[in-house]
Amino acid sequence: MVYCGIDIGASTAKLVLLDEGGQVVARALRRSGVDYAGAAEQNLAEALAAAGLRREDVARTVSTGYGRDNVPFADSQMTEIACHGYGAWSQFRRRITVIDIGAQDSKIIHMDDRGRRVRFMMNRKCAAGTGAFIEEIALRLALDVSELNALAERSTSQTTLSSFCTVFAATEILSKIRMGEKAEDIVRGAFRSVVKRILEMDAVEGELVMTGGVAAHNPCLVALMGEAFGRPVLVPPYPQYAGALGAALFAKETVSQ
Amino acid sequence: MSQPAERKDLETTKKMKSVMGKYFMELEQGAQQGRKTAWCTSVGPAELLRALGFNVYFPENHGAMLGASRMASDLIPLANARGFSPDICSYLTSDIGSYLKGDTPLKKMGMSGPPRPDVLVYNTNQCRDVKDWFQFYAREFGVPCLGVHTPRSIGEMDEAMIEYVAAQIEALVPDLEKVAGQKLDPDKLREIVASSRRCTELWKAVLLTAASVPSPLTFFDGTIQMGPAVVLRGHGDAIAYYEMLLAELKQRIVDGTAAVPGERFRVYWEGMPIWGKLRDLSTQFADLQTCVVASTYCNSWVFEDLNPDDPYRSMARAYSRLFICRSDDQKEQYIQDVVAAYKADGIVYHDAKTCPNNSNNRYQMPLRIQEKLGKPYLVIHGDLNDLRLYSEEQTRTNVQAFVEQLAQG
Repeated sequence: MVYCGIDIGASTAKLVLLDEGGQVVARALRRSGVDYAGAAEQNLAEALAAAGLRREDVARTVSTGYGRDNVPFADSQMTEIACHGYGAWSQFRRRITVIDIGAQDSKIIHMDDRGRRVRFMMNRKCAAGTGAFIEEIALRLALDVSELNALAERSTSQTTLSSFCTVFAATEILSKIRMGEKAEDIVRGAFRSVVKRILEMDAVEGELVMTGGVAAHNPCLVALMGEAFGRPVLVPPYPQYAGALGAALFAKETVSQ
Repeated sequence: MSQPAERKDLETTKKMKSVMGKYFMELEQGAQQGRKTAWCTSVGPAELLRALGFNVYFPENHGAMLGASRMASDLIPLANARGFSPDICSYLTSDIGSYLKGDTPLKKMGMSGPPRPDVLVYNTNQCRDVKDWFQFYAREFGVPCLGVHTPRSIGEMDEAMIEYVAAQIEALVPDLEKVAGQKLDPDKLREIVASSRRCTELWKAVLLTAASVPSPLTFFDGTIQMGPAVVLRGHGDAIAYYEMLLAELKQRIVDGTAAVPGERFRVYWEGMPIWGKLRDLSTQFADLQTCVVASTYCNSWVFEDLNPDDPYRSMARAYSRLFICRSDDQKEQYIQDVVAAYKADGIVYHDAKTCPNNSNNRYQMPLRIQEKLGKPYLVIHGDLNDLRLYSEEQTRTNVQAFVEQLAQG
């Protein structure tokens, strides 16, 4: 039997299958699009095929994320706060602070040494410090988001975008372009701006772990985060799947109980 | 999680419509019946106004109606366009927007609109916004605007402060007598203060039933049930209503009837209600088998200091003891006491963007209280009336994550 965790985020849908021993047997990822149920189904079919399993081999499914209520085959739902926290903790098994930057929201989740959540903070009703902010920056610079990290790595500039608001930050970028600033410096500045928003959300204790799509694709931003907090930032393998992994672990634990 | 049983409505609520309907009808017919109308802030000197024969209308109650009916979202921008910032009290901006547009939920209560004021009387114990709000109408209607200026961030209640506030309340009398066209009858004032006191005792007893496990009442019920305590204190109808409600709640306790069937967790709500989302939040908490058992907000209309033998000073004491105008030390102690009395497992703080005075999460209080009580807390970012400041999805996820955390034990 396997256990399924599916994380329907605002941007991408991630799925993880775990075996009885808690090992990952398959993963799947695609854009959430506008049909969350369809994206969930396709991810499941893809993962089952990759693992050579059938649908009836899935003992239990837990869904999480923005579209957690839109997964028809889920047995129960948990929040992305629970799942990202637990998914990240399961890979370190000690007291950590998890910073998850997703497309729509950023979260700081404090986990104790036993994997229990101590407290959590989520961004306010504002896209500052989220993946949506980075996507907006890419759009303004006519770049693909996948190009941003390499550009930012090249910059040595200390510049930061000062605007709190994503829309105003875009305006600020336009003025920097007018002033002839290099795209790589602007991107690094935008990364710094994300880090600043996270920095002001909450105090952190213990080791820092980053999860989510932004950490997965932007090691430069992870490094800047470590600089800002004055401590190394750990990134687990497959950081984008941390929520799906947590959901799958909850599915497995529910069955074992 | 097992499927919760169906929630039962409170029977007494059926009487609410007639109690409040009668109140609104009296307001509507006031002028024809030769009665004067005073507009009063919700924790203003209503007893004095009733003793002078005024019909008393509370714009804050109207503000809450605009929020609950979700009319506020369309009305706030009208006030914004007339120079009232979107960052100030959204009761004020909703209410002034309603005035500018001539649209109001009172029409559904058989009224043509808010009754025209003969005088406006505020108490700044809540905030400065109430004064600015009333002064706008004083200019519009060309009527006097009088008020009481209560100190803020009050620590221990000392006699000098009480005397200062009491003197201000008493000083209103000559001006109010002029508008009322009658002299104040001290016996009448004592009678009204006694009636207010009785109302407050009953309202407190109603709220205290929620200390039972399971609770027969939720905060969301409380926000509806408090109507008479706000607009009809000092009036016999409020007393009759709460006697009936209290009897029903006591029976619920005897029968073990839970307001939230299958109650697993109990939560304290600090801050304003999110009026336009009461039903959604009430349903979400109930689905999570979590009862919001107590709140600063509903408890704010408990005025135990009222004493008919010493009307002015007791009003001053009652209206200055109000949570909102107390120091953080006092507020922290208050929350801790209520959390203990109601056996709450955690605290939800509502950070209402346009109501800094009712948003107590902003100066580190949640962390301090968590340190003392070891109970989890959650901050919800929203607003009392301006739903542009509220994120449905973020709130839903935060509430669910908070209950997950309570479930960890």
